[in-house]
Amino acid sequence: MTTFEAILLTIVTASTPLLIAALGELVAERSGVLNLGVEGMMAMGAACSFAAAVTFDSTLLGVAAGMLAGALMAALFALVVLGFAANQVGSGLALTIFGLGLSGLIGAPFVGARRDPVAPVDIPGLSDIPVIGRLFFEQDLFVYASIALTILVAIYLTRTRSGLTLRSIGENHTSANALGMPVWRVRFWAILFGGACAGLAGAYLALVYTRFWSPGMTAGRGWIALALVVFAAWRPGWLLVGAYIFGAATVLQLHAQAAQFGVPSQLLSAVPYLATIIALLLLSLRHGRAIGAPGSLGAPFVPDR
Amino acid sequence: MRFELTPRTNVSPVMRALAPVAAFIVSFLIAGFVIWLMGRSPIAAFEVYVTQPLSDPWSLQELLVKATPLALIAIGLSYCFRANLWNIGAEGQYVIGAVLGSWLALRTHGTEAGLWVLPLMLLLGIIGGALYGLIPAFLKTRFGVNEILTSLMLVYVAQLILDYLVRGPWRDPKGFNFPQSVTFDPSATLPPILEAGRVHYGAVFAATAIVLTAVILGRTLFGYRLKLTGDAPRAARFAGFSSKATTMSVFAISGGLAGLAGISEVSGQIGQLQPSISPGYGFTAITVAFLGRLNPIGILVAALVVALTFIGGESAQIMLKLPLDLTQAFQGILLLCVLAADALVSYRIRFVARGGGK
Repeated sequence: MTTFEAILLTIVTASTPLLIAALGELVAERSGVLNLGVEGMMAMGAACSFAAAVTFDSTLLGVAAGMLAGALMAALFALVVLGFAANQVGSGLALTIFGLGLSGLIGAPFVGARRDPVAPVDIPGLSDIPVIGRLFFEQDLFVYASIALTILVAIYLTRTRSGLTLRSIGENHTSANALGMPVWRVRFWAILFGGACAGLAGAYLALVYTRFWSPGMTAGRGWIALALVVFAAWRPGWLLVGAYIFGAATVLQLHAQAAQFGVPSQLLSAVPYLATIIALLLLSLRHGRAIGAPGSLGAPFVPDR
Repeated sequence: MRFELTPRTNVSPVMRALAPVAAFIVSFLIAGFVIWLMGRSPIAAFEVYVTQPLSDPWSLQELLVKATPLALIAIGLSYCFRANLWNIGAEGQYVIGAVLGSWLALRTHGTEAGLWVLPLMLLLGIIGGALYGLIPAFLKTRFGVNEILTSLMLVYVAQLILDYLVRGPWRDPKGFNFPQSVTFDPSATLPPILEAGRVHYGAVFAATAIVLTAVILGRTLFGYRLKLTGDAPRAARFAGFSSKATTMSVFAISGGLAGLAGISEVSGQIGQLQPSISPGYGFTAITVAFLGRLNPIGILVAALVVALTFIGGESAQIMLKLPLDLTQAFQGILLLCVLAADALVSYRIRFVARGGGK
């Protein structure tokens, strides 16, 4: 395997958690709920998946624990923003602070432990194609799952009745409610889906990407996932493109650090964050304002009587 | 079984004031439960977290020291949150304020610089924080970029700038390769209020900011404008208030106060620059602002209360081997409870049997 191929492979690994987390958030936001807790749910997913995987020596159980942890965190968020109609921005921030703290408690006993690499799944025949064969057809299951999930979410949002309901609720919850759509129930499941995805993304980070746990290992990826949703104008297809551009930026800056160009390593480490700001800026320059944002995004829903 | 929310028509001020207290009690119960789950005694933990710090004069001073940056930052954030603008990058503005102010301290290090150094440092701290806070404000007003994400991303950038400086150009050459700057000269050190005391003049700045804010919010047109912009943006536009000017000014104020908190902490408390100069004050201040109901006096009380969790957290780490992350988790739960309690005050929750009601 050449260095070039190796770099391309790591780009896929770096992009996958961003894509998975952003997909979950995209669905929640399309239903009209802004959950800024992605970073916290991801951190919990990483800590719980790693703890479970080490304790039971099973990647599968680890993944399940990560998704469950993310979903439970999301349920807490749903209780506060749906049940109590609390401010979504504040509650999401609180969820992030809480998740980062609690994940530290859960992960602390597992610092220093390591997991074996997860074996890639090779698609016979296709993986023999030079360069792109290894890149696209000899990845771990998560990568395939993330691509499949992107397609499923796209189909769900545009081609199914339930997806249309979810979008109408996100566009205008008052009208949707007047038409008899179950605003709370749909949003509850959308939030839960977002949490499970963030948890899965965290599990991927801990079990595949680093294969160890350390405090603060999510390093702002949850926030980048949130920015990706805006960047993709709330469309799953663009999310795929955006996640891979960001993954590439992250990996290339790591390689640039290793190559020691005489540029301070901190400047290169800042690249993903600066790139996020620049991407958001370019997007606004082109369209004037954030396009595609669901109409009721972030507004608490209290039915008229 | 399902539930319905009905807006309450008139809310008593007593209930509004009691909501944060109730939230605090609920989060304490949750924290106690978590500590019990971890196999420790919640009562012993309460002793270490609350009773001991409040009964020891040294800890009481420490309480004021920790409450100072929290109050300064939270007071600034209250301007943003009142106008319904989300500056969540105070941590970054704090760091940049500290960096810009420290630049002067390092430039004048070892020289016979006079009394002008310290005031100028503080001013630079304010300017640094304000300018850094104006970046997301400018991007929002000029290009419509979401301020939540940009202000947060800038936190990571600020921390990396500080990291670069203390490991690179600003590292103390005689510091045995430790990533830290030289120790500030006395002329660049914010003195304690009482001789041999721990509480530095930052506490005075915080108190001043609280009083000034109470006056500005309650007695000036600017205060009214903020409230109107937050509560009824359309009405504010009809009244001729420019939302862009409001955005820029509240970000400058909150950034400036965060910067002042940063330089005060570095020159009054730490005494030099290090890679880490904050245990997350900028984020915790968000909890403080909401716990204090965005009200100056409320924020003062909330800053003292939340400072207690920092001190309690430190002693719990030493005495009970409870990790510091517990404090952070508690602060998150506290913010969730405060926001939920706020909503409970505004809405009545009715449980309706399934099939009944609407």
